[in-house]
Amino acid sequence: MTENAERGTATGSLPVFPLDRRKCPLSIPQEYEAMRADEPVAKVINRMTGKPAWALTRYADVRQVLGDPSMSSDARNPGYPHQFQVPEEMLPYIAFPFAAMDPPEHTVRRRMVIPEFTAKRIAELRPRTQAIVDARIDDMLAKGGPVDLVAELAVPVPSLQFCEMLGADPEHIGYFRDYAETTTGRDSSMEAVAGAIAQMDEFLDELITEKTHTPGEDLLSRIAARLPEEPTLEHDDLVAIARLLVIAGSDTTANIISLGTLVFLEHPKQLAEVRRDPSLLPGAIEELLRFLSILDSATVRVATKDIELAGGEIVREGEGVLALNGAANWDPSRYPDPHRFDIHRDAEGHMAFSYGNHMCPGANLARMQLEVVFGTLFSRIPDLRLAAPADELPYMFDAHAYGLHELPVTW
Amino acid sequence: MRITTDRETCVGSGACVFHAQGVFDQHPDGRVLLLVEEPDEALRAAALTAAANCPVNAISVNDV
Repeated sequence: MTENAERGTATGSLPVFPLDRRKCPLSIPQEYEAMRADEPVAKVINRMTGKPAWALTRYADVRQVLGDPSMSSDARNPGYPHQFQVPEEMLPYIAFPFAAMDPPEHTVRRRMVIPEFTAKRIAELRPRTQAIVDARIDDMLAKGGPVDLVAELAVPVPSLQFCEMLGADPEHIGYFRDYAETTTGRDSSMEAVAGAIAQMDEFLDELITEKTHTPGEDLLSRIAARLPEEPTLEHDDLVAIARLLVIAGSDTTANIISLGTLVFLEHPKQLAEVRRDPSLLPGAIEELLRFLSILDSATVRVATKDIELAGGEIVREGEGVLALNGAANWDPSRYPDPHRFDIHRDAEGHMAFSYGNHMCPGANLARMQLEVVFGTLFSRIPDLRLAAPADELPYMFDAHAYGLHELPVTW
Repeated sequence: MRITTDRETCVGSGACVFHAQGVFDQHPDGRVLLLVEEPDEALRAAALTAAANCPVNAISVNDV
């Protein structure tokens, strides 16, 4: 437990958030169900700051808060419920990513990157995704089982593709993973996080400088080329933008690949249906995203004015809110029997990619990669199976983005 | 049914293209590009789903 959490518990008997999934690894925290029934807008202690915040577990409330521009994402606001270790005295000096900003600062930065994630660009990337996935599966088959699917497939596919998109040398992949693990671990020390950020910034700083002087056909070169048109941005802002893309573009997808493979293997009848009829795969992926909600506690806001929620509860100006997207995605009033993984369910409206002006701009890229990964994996290795009991796997119970450290599989 | 889009509000999430590919696309700048202002019967349901799932309500649907 962190120093902050101990401080938090000492202030009263409020539950400390975020909760983990130790009780049932393939479920969102099970406590949410009772909270939604008894106290859907609950005062809790945010473990990362030791301060109180509201935890929302109803679909309607989470949707309202994430869609409300008066609910701020500004990490410098003293009421912002940080989900990372951030020393309060350092707040004014940290180069936060645009996920932690409001308009107009957020808007100008987001507009620098969204041209890179259009439907057209994603369609152009698909053959490359297929080639990367095929090469990784060739390797797995050549090695023979058992292998660790996290190391062989889940981590390399999105990070290799992201390296290529950025225009970085693929030899830096391990570096991206180390950065993700350090910065998203809820128990990482502040020194370790600061060190990892500084190191990543140095790497990206050099890379962007290189792309500015000798541009190539890649994302960072194009972003660097857009910089002169944006009078409010400078080189260092591009470093912060690139740092956000590194974490958002590789770690999250890797975790859905490993956990998603596990969920499919635990539901063999549904997996057989998807293998027989690949047109079911996109719907199955939406259901996976809803069911896993790996970034459940990442969607946080601070109120800049009083707002009233669906049940009449008031959130006051300056108060922090944990708009738990996993709790929303498991609200039975929106998704009946939410604990049931059901590829035939209509998972439309899930908020696994968040909602509102911060909704993930890479959502459609992730969807395409997941389609290629699962479609190829289960057709090329039809008898894939777990090589360890599901309840003994090394789950990332203490990570910002839920996932698996390892997934032993064989065939 | 007539659709209008607000490019100033649009944040380029791509949600509209995901839900209604024949009705919406993305401009090279990442923001919404409306392909069909008055979708026919076959595209109406998808257009409504896209409008309902735009994270910033940048899509309006009006009866004509």
